[in-house]
Amino acid sequence: MNYHKFDVVIVGAGGAGLMSAMQLAHNSSIAVISKLYPTRSHTGAAQGGVAAALGNQEEDHWKWHMFDTVKGGDYLTDQDAAEILAREAIDAVYDLEHWGLPFNRTPDGKIDQRRFGGHTRNFGEGPVRRSCYAADRTGHMILQTMYQQSVKNQVNFFNEYMMLDLLINDGQACGVVALCLRDGSIHVFHAKTIVLATGGYGRAWRITSNALACTGDGMAVAYRRGLPLEDMEMYQFHPTGLYRIGILLSEAARGEGAYILNNEGERFCIRYAPTMEELAPRDMVSRFIVQEIAEGRGIGGKDYVYLSVAHLGKEKIDAKLPDITDFARNYLNVEPYYEPIPIQPTAHYAMGGIPTDIEGRVVVDEQNTVLPGLYAAGEVACVSVHGANRLGTNSLVDLIVFGRRAGKHIAAKWLPEADFAPLPANPDGYATELVEGLLSRANGKGETQERIRQELRDEMTEKVGVVRSETTLLAMQQKIAELKERWANVRLMDTSHTFNTELMEVIELGNLIECAEATVAGALARKESRGGHYREDYQKRDDANFLKHTLAYRSDTPGQPDLRYKPVVITEFQPKERKY
Amino acid sequence: MAAADGTLSVQIKVKRYQPEKEAKPYWQEFRVQVDPKDRLLDALNQIKWEQDGTLTFRRSCAHGVCGSDAMRINGRNRLACKLLIEDVGTRITVEPMLGFPVIRDLVVDMDPFFAKYEKIKPYLINDEPEPRTERRQSPEQRERYDETTKCILCGACTGSCPSVWANADWVGPASIVNAHRFIFDSRDRGANERLQILSDRNGVWRCRTIFNCSEACPRGIHVTDAIEEVKRAIMYGSNAIE
Ligand SMILES: Cc1cc2nc3c(=O)[nH]c(=O)nc-3n(C[C@H](O)[C@H](O)[C@H](O)COP(=O)(O)OP(=O)(O)OC[C@H]3O[C@@H](n4cnc5c(N)ncnc54)[C@H](O)[C@@H]3O)c2cc1C
Ligand code: FES
Repeated sequence: MNYHKFDVVIVGAGGAGLMSAMQLAHNSSIAVISKLYPTRSHTGAAQGGVAAALGNQEEDHWKWHMFDTVKGGDYLTDQDAAEILAREAIDAVYDLEHWGLPFNRTPDGKIDQRRFGGHTRNFGEGPVRRSCYAADRTGHMILQTMYQQSVKNQVNFFNEYMMLDLLINDGQACGVVALCLRDGSIHVFHAKTIVLATGGYGRAWRITSNALACTGDGMAVAYRRGLPLEDMEMYQFHPTGLYRIGILLSEAARGEGAYILNNEGERFCIRYAPTMEELAPRDMVSRFIVQEIAEGRGIGGKDYVYLSVAHLGKEKIDAKLPDITDFARNYLNVEPYYEPIPIQPTAHYAMGGIPTDIEGRVVVDEQNTVLPGLYAAGEVACVSVHGANRLGTNSLVDLIVFGRRAGKHIAAKWLPEADFAPLPANPDGYATELVEGLLSRANGKGETQERIRQELRDEMTEKVGVVRSETTLLAMQQKIAELKERWANVRLMDTSHTFNTELMEVIELGNLIECAEATVAGALARKESRGGHYREDYQKRDDANFLKHTLAYRSDTPGQPDLRYKPVVITEFQPKERKY
Repeated sequence: MAAADGTLSVQIKVKRYQPEKEAKPYWQEFRVQVDPKDRLLDALNQIKWEQDGTLTFRRSCAHGVCGSDAMRINGRNRLACKLLIEDVGTRITVEPMLGFPVIRDLVVDMDPFFAKYEKIKPYLINDEPEPRTERRQSPEQRERYDETTKCILCGACTGSCPSVWANADWVGPASIVNAHRFIFDSRDRGANERLQILSDRNGVWRCRTIFNCSEACPRGIHVTDAIEEVKRAIMYGSNAIE
């Protein structure tokens, strides 16, 4: 076992992790652990932009942004968090610009802004230009810029180290255990502070916009150690994924004026959402699409519709949407200058995750009791700023605002008074057993990972997708119990300690199953429809019974975590029916 | 040879290196049945998941934006996730990129690559006080360095460059691309520092204008042109940086 000691260990080198690191690099001993080279993180795939009420193009106010975030989240959003998000977005975006982020510019040299779904002027009157962007590779630019700053600040990276376990002792988080991919060695990182910034778990579904590395590791590791996961049933399906592959075509396309069309060439969104049209929030547009398909208006009667940008003209397409139109060319052989692009909803974003307060501190129960030393930020966390449905461009804001807050809180408030908690006995016990156990089962009998992965992803897509019901969810709950058992006996083909990616994948698969378990249990118990969670058998939102956050705790019964609930923070905007 | 269901039988020959089993690299052939619209990465995954779990390569985004899976495919550096089977044919040769130490199979050691990247100070240098809002930059000034901001640090250019193969100390095209990204950014004040670094023995002058890098770039960056612009800036001073 290898031992390391740092004041702060940040797990994850995407936007959230690096933003926290930036606040700490100057004067603390920190390490960033990442299973990928930092620039490979999924933040780099974000396309459309980052929201902030700069008002560079037209009048805008942070309060409008706050309202849109609350309404977009179908009132499950904690409003104290939404206020911070909207207010601090502005300075966080200027920070990025000062660090060199190459935003597109207005003629007078300011940061250019464009429209995005659910972002409105004056509390819902019509679309507003709020998304700051760098062509359609905003996430790439954010990730590159933050990595550049990390290089400048000489941040200590442990690249291609995979966290397997989180250590808690004496009521305080005190370390993480990681596998070094290159040589298979196990490392214990002893720390006063741990920041989890490991991203989402879109790989639990077959059709997804998420990278192969988005496997919910942080959530699963915390869940196994007895921490709750909040609102996991709130998962976002983005309306415009490339047909069959799920690669995302950013909402930026619709922000620039793209249409969604059914087999009759009709812009059907107008029928459902007369004010916002194609720019209604994602959960709604995904449901419109599913409904059109169900009523036989998919293209050629199949399960897809069209996204059309042809009318925008070549010049605008090349200037504003170069990457996503290339995806259509490259992967579907469609020329977006002239042809519409086949699309379908794709699993995209976890609104839920590890519960935190507005400083990024992980909280463990209904009373928001803080677990000292543990922070979480980014997609892995649930502040909860996105409620039941995240607005486009609000995730990148979440990363930079709450990543920054976590880092600042650690530096100013926590480290000055914190001490190292002692490591528990046998700190690497779980991790070593996991790895050696899996390697020792190599070449024996039993099934390999592939069937388990496929069944998980296929059935999650079928049963826990845009539309759910008691029947599909109960079936999935059983399936998960079965998959857990099969996973416990899974057989590896690779016994090597050198860069064993099969070992990594099998551990990731185990993590996905844990995340799916919490998702399904939360969805089954939430007998209402709200935001991204739509129940065929309970089609209405039910504030009397379900205006509350789910907390799922792992139990000894596979498939059936214990569920508890905590209230939503409402400060300014009383829940209303959501119309666009 | 399309089957009735439209799938193709494809032969993939992989240069393997399994240091725990064999001291030397060797070739191994696999056969897979795939959709012509599948990515080469899908085919490699299929081998890994269904036939041989020891086949080792990096990957993450699967759509050409994270830079994990640059490898030498039929003699050219490409991203396996950007290449469709129908575009590459039914006999495919896959090797690790040249010019990098191999760790296992298609996985190469990227640490030296990132170390060279760090050498050129790849971050905005500007000590002037920050305005309360954004620094201004006109759309034209922004356009000036647009292309080189696309780099995903996959290493395809660097691994395709004969000058890199010949001299492991050379900074290589990817680092110069990233230097270019800052040198031509109107907000940056570090051009002279970088140009100094790049005019050194292992700087831009080892580029022999072979154009392999431009061909290899999966992001369509005209790498050789960017290098030429940096050379010109060194020769004619910052005046050349408009
Ligand atoms: C295609 C696409 C487009 C998007 N576009 C937008 C957009 O335009 N605007 C917007 O606001 N949002 C967008 N999003 C959402 C947004 O990009 C993500 O939610 C966000 O980038 C997540 O950032 P993160 O820092 O939380 O995690 P990530 O960027 O996913 O980083 C996770 C990090 O954790 C590391 N990690 C994970 N597990 C482990 C482990 N076990 N051990 C060690 N390290 C680990 C990884 O290596 C990585 O460094 C988009 C998402 C997708 C998929
Ligand atoms: S897997 Fe990301 S570039 Fe290919």
